[in-house]
Amino acid sequence: MIRALGDFLEIIKGGLITVRHFNTNMWFHTLKVLGFKTKRKGAVTIQYPEEKKALAARHRSLHRLMRREDGKPRCVSCLLCVTVCPSECISVEAAEDPDSEIQKVPAEFIIDMSRCCFCGFCVEACPEDAIRMDTGKIELAEYQRRDLVLDLDKLLK
Amino acid sequence: MDIVIAVIKIILALVWFLVLTLYLTWLERKESAVIQDRIGANRANIWKFRFLGLFQPFADAIKMIFKEDFVPAFANKFLHTLAPFLSFFFVAITICAVPFGDTLHLAGRTINLQVLDLNAGLLFMLAMLSLGIYGIILSGWASRNRFTLLGGIRGAAQLISYEVALGLSLIGIIMVFPSLSLQSIVRFQGENLLGFIPKWGVLIQPLGFVVFFFAALAETKRVPFDMPEGESEIIGFFTEYGGLKWGLFMMTDFMEIIIVSALLTTLFFGGWQVPWLAADGFQWPWGGGWALPHGIVVLLQLLAFNVKIVFFCWLQILIRWTYPRFRYDQVMDLGWKVLIPLSLLNIVGTGIVMGLLK
Repeated sequence: MIRALGDFLEIIKGGLITVRHFNTNMWFHTLKVLGFKTKRKGAVTIQYPEEKKALAARHRSLHRLMRREDGKPRCVSCLLCVTVCPSECISVEAAEDPDSEIQKVPAEFIIDMSRCCFCGFCVEACPEDAIRMDTGKIELAEYQRRDLVLDLDKLLK
Repeated sequence: MDIVIAVIKIILALVWFLVLTLYLTWLERKESAVIQDRIGANRANIWKFRFLGLFQPFADAIKMIFKEDFVPAFANKFLHTLAPFLSFFFVAITICAVPFGDTLHLAGRTINLQVLDLNAGLLFMLAMLSLGIYGIILSGWASRNRFTLLGGIRGAAQLISYEVALGLSLIGIIMVFPSLSLQSIVRFQGENLLGFIPKWGVLIQPLGFVVFFFAALAETKRVPFDMPEGESEIIGFFTEYGGLKWGLFMMTDFMEIIIVSALLTTLFFGGWQVPWLAADGFQWPWGGGWALPHGIVVLLQLLAFNVKIVFFCWLQILIRWTYPRFRYDQVMDLGWKVLIPLSLLNIVGTGIVMGLLK
């Protein structure tokens, strides 16, 4: 009997926890509606399309290809990124460069974003620092699959 | 003229009931969100005007209306369609016995603010709530699906078990306020205990209140007691329903919350009574008073009734978002081994106290 009463009290105490959450959050919500600025907010929600969380400095987002000082792509078509890519989404076609220091340039550099898993291995593998994943673009949805296949022009932008 | 008044009362009561039901879905979403440090549904808008997500119930209703009305193959189409309507009807009809307020004197007429002052209103409400089981069993059976059938059987077993405790816990109230008419039970609660405490049912029948509250929670089939449905994992009786028929079951759930709140308010928390408010204004227990016009008094009573109902709806939603589900044998144990003995004890205790005080 006493144990049952104790259990009953515990049930009520459990209910008071949610009541406490409700009251505190409701208090801060009410203050916000009334126009007071408070340090604490009523909810931890970040309302996404309007509010955005800052990305981490090393966040891996959409790829970009880097340029040399004269505007040509840094890529020398060594195919290391193609080799390391686990989802096989990069394909590079090489062409000859008149400059004997560079020798090779990409004629075509295609990343199929519908297959990319954002592992960042291509960035790690690149000896020329030609590919980076630091654009900060994370909203990559498209209406058609072919819009997800990025070519050299798009990647150099 | 009487017929016109009756029709107006029916329409107003149903509109009140359905609007409150719609906004209870909003309250459920928002309250659970606030409890869990979230924000809740706030995206539905009309011309970019969101207003705390208050348009969400209408968006939900429109979505449900335009969904496919699906009847599974081999199901009995007539019974499958009948079940949600039965379920809905038996809850919706109980609103006619709920007393919203005292009598309103308007243009020389005395209007009782209750759709129908049944002299057995309490029994009527309990009977109609019990008949709601037919909707559950029928939907479980007519869907031709073993899981829904099991859900329906679980629901029927649970509701029948708790029906006993629900009825027995109210016998104490009927003994203290010797009437079955809800309006006169509320009128009896307008008196004062020892001259200053309002004579509300919860003060005279605390044990009856606790038993009734638990049994009524079980009757609403919501989370601590959601054996019949178990929306998160066990398959319930309205699995084979979609669109507006599913919506009717969902509305039935919310309407049951309101009806249970109305019963709790009417029987245990003085219904439309405001403490120390008589028909001609406040009469303070320490002497003196504050005379108020008739219209203000009626408005205060309606307001008090609504505030109490909303509070109990809030409390039930809080309970639903706090406690985990009972195991099936625990539900049965609580019903048969705890609540029924307690309600019997309550009857005996009430009888002894009434005999001693006489």
